[in-house]
Amino acid sequence: MKKLSGIIASQGIAIGPASHFRRADLKVERQKVKDPAKEWERLGEALVRAGQELDAVYTKALAETGAETAAIFQAHGMMLEDPELLEVMQKKIEGDHLNAEAALTDATEMYAQMLEALEDEYLRARAADIRDLSARVLRILLGVIESPIGRLKTPSIILAKELTPSDTISLDKAMVLGFATAEGGATSHVAILARELGLPAVVGLGMDLLDIPDGTPLILNGSEGVLVVSPEEATIAVEKNRLNAQKATLAIARQDAQKPAISRDGQRFEVAANIGSIESARAALEAGAEGVGLLRTEFLYLERDHMPDEEEQYQAYRAIVDVFGDLPVILRTLDIGGDKELPYLELPRELNPFMGLRAIRLCLARPDLFKPQLKAALRAGVDRNMKIMFPMVATVAEVRAARAILEECRAELVAEGKPAATHLEVGIMVEIPAAVVIADQLAAVVDFFSIGTNDLSQYTMAADRTNSQVSPLADAFQPAVLRLIRDVIKTAHQHGKWVGMCGELAGEPLALPILAGLGLDEFSMTPAVIPVAKQILRGLSLPEAQKVALAALNEDSPEKVKSLVEGAQIAM
Amino acid sequence: MNEITMTLKHKSGLHARPAALFVQAASRFKSKINVRNGEREANAKSIMGVLSLGANQGAVITIHAEGEDAEQAIQQLVSLIEDNFGESA
Repeated sequence: MKKLSGIIASQGIAIGPASHFRRADLKVERQKVKDPAKEWERLGEALVRAGQELDAVYTKALAETGAETAAIFQAHGMMLEDPELLEVMQKKIEGDHLNAEAALTDATEMYAQMLEALEDEYLRARAADIRDLSARVLRILLGVIESPIGRLKTPSIILAKELTPSDTISLDKAMVLGFATAEGGATSHVAILARELGLPAVVGLGMDLLDIPDGTPLILNGSEGVLVVSPEEATIAVEKNRLNAQKATLAIARQDAQKPAISRDGQRFEVAANIGSIESARAALEAGAEGVGLLRTEFLYLERDHMPDEEEQYQAYRAIVDVFGDLPVILRTLDIGGDKELPYLELPRELNPFMGLRAIRLCLARPDLFKPQLKAALRAGVDRNMKIMFPMVATVAEVRAARAILEECRAELVAEGKPAATHLEVGIMVEIPAAVVIADQLAAVVDFFSIGTNDLSQYTMAADRTNSQVSPLADAFQPAVLRLIRDVIKTAHQHGKWVGMCGELAGEPLALPILAGLGLDEFSMTPAVIPVAKQILRGLSLPEAQKVALAALNEDSPEKVKSLVEGAQIAM
Repeated sequence: MNEITMTLKHKSGLHARPAALFVQAASRFKSKINVRNGEREANAKSIMGVLSLGANQGAVITIHAEGEDAEQAIQQLVSLIEDNFGESA
């Protein structure tokens, strides 16, 4: 048994034999030709044929995989008609009297290397596209029939150095269990394709991958980025059971998505969604969301050259709130700072934007920015179950100031003769440890709390989430973070206030028993994970969850917390 | 001479779909059209050329057109960029 580690490209587990992907060997012989005009014509014909092939492949990709993969072949078609590329090839044939094969590879290689030199992951992938396209034309020029690589007899895990879009589209998808490549990154083509197909994939496994013989039994774990080579029979059996159990759970979870999450002992948990657009609002409802625990409003502000006005914001919020009818929707006011490029705001560059003038701090400093949003929210909340929350609160004064501006906005709307929501719950996000420490004081000025675990972890651990050297520290399973979560829930409940969570932790299967045990009132998460989260909550009983939570808070590392919950879940 | 300098706001810059739309739009005109990003210059009708500009979000690019329909070409390309390539912001 051997283990190879790589980069996670697409989640899931596959068990099956190895099958190497082999490409036809295309050799280019450089020659001088006597009749360049005829050679140019020969290349022209090959380009036309390649164009026809690409049209067919585009249709196949659209039907088999999805729009994102299909778009790659559309891009290949554009490259084929590129006037610059044609000119370079023409010069090489008519000027240097080169044969078509050499002219083609010289020209495409020149562009591929130019893109690679730009040191941009996206452009490097385009360099691979150009080479893929070049191979297609070359194959036509050489008269090589497309190799029958796609004909797998048994379902297999595909191994390759790297896979091009043309390679993957030629495969018989019914026979592919997953992909493992020696090279590539998380945004490479095979990653996109695998996610579209819902198959596991691990990339960047290293050149050792290529030495594995065909037919070797493998376990590909796309969720952990690991490939197990020749595992023992017992390991395969365990993994197969786990895979089947996962499939069964997911099937039941999807079926029961619209049903409430009621624990074995009758405790009901509210499961809501984090959304940031009208499209995700609909997806959330379909996934079984019982409301919105976090409506991000930044989408209205990004990628534009002027601020959205009150009317535009009102229309956008109202459309989203309307999707949910009487269900609660919590709108979070603008959460941005100096790290975002919003030219129209003229925000000063800051050395440390995550500790700078952002979120509620920025909004209080800029009423021109804050007031149109609050007025739009007050209008959108009329006759609907809408709530507002302020991000990044650290002091009671901030909440008082924000509430005063909210009242000012309401008065202005009344004066303007516009309807405004009268009873609107106002809450805050708990992201800064300071807010946990003074939760008793904050409870006096808010209606609810919502814990943002991503920021709470990074601020508690003083570890930048975007710095890969320290980001593992900013783990929400850190005992320090879990204890802060316990504290804020306890204090809020003592003061009669409810607590939700809209950070990633709320949708983590291993965190759910702990959070339920700590008494969290509302779980808000990415729509996609709602069915499974509900299913896990249904399997709990409150006394058991409380026991797990208590034990978890006494562990001294995230790893120990996780293995404790794993152990408890098997016992439940 | 028709020339204009502007900033790219789209999150993909002049890559991916925006690059394709830009090249398609430029190709409809007879004029010779060039795009410049810093020291790099490319034929606006060439997808490879436009991609190799490496123009990301926030890049300041200059579009230069020469020919009978140069003015319309510049107008079209500017409105494509200003319109954020047809994507709502």
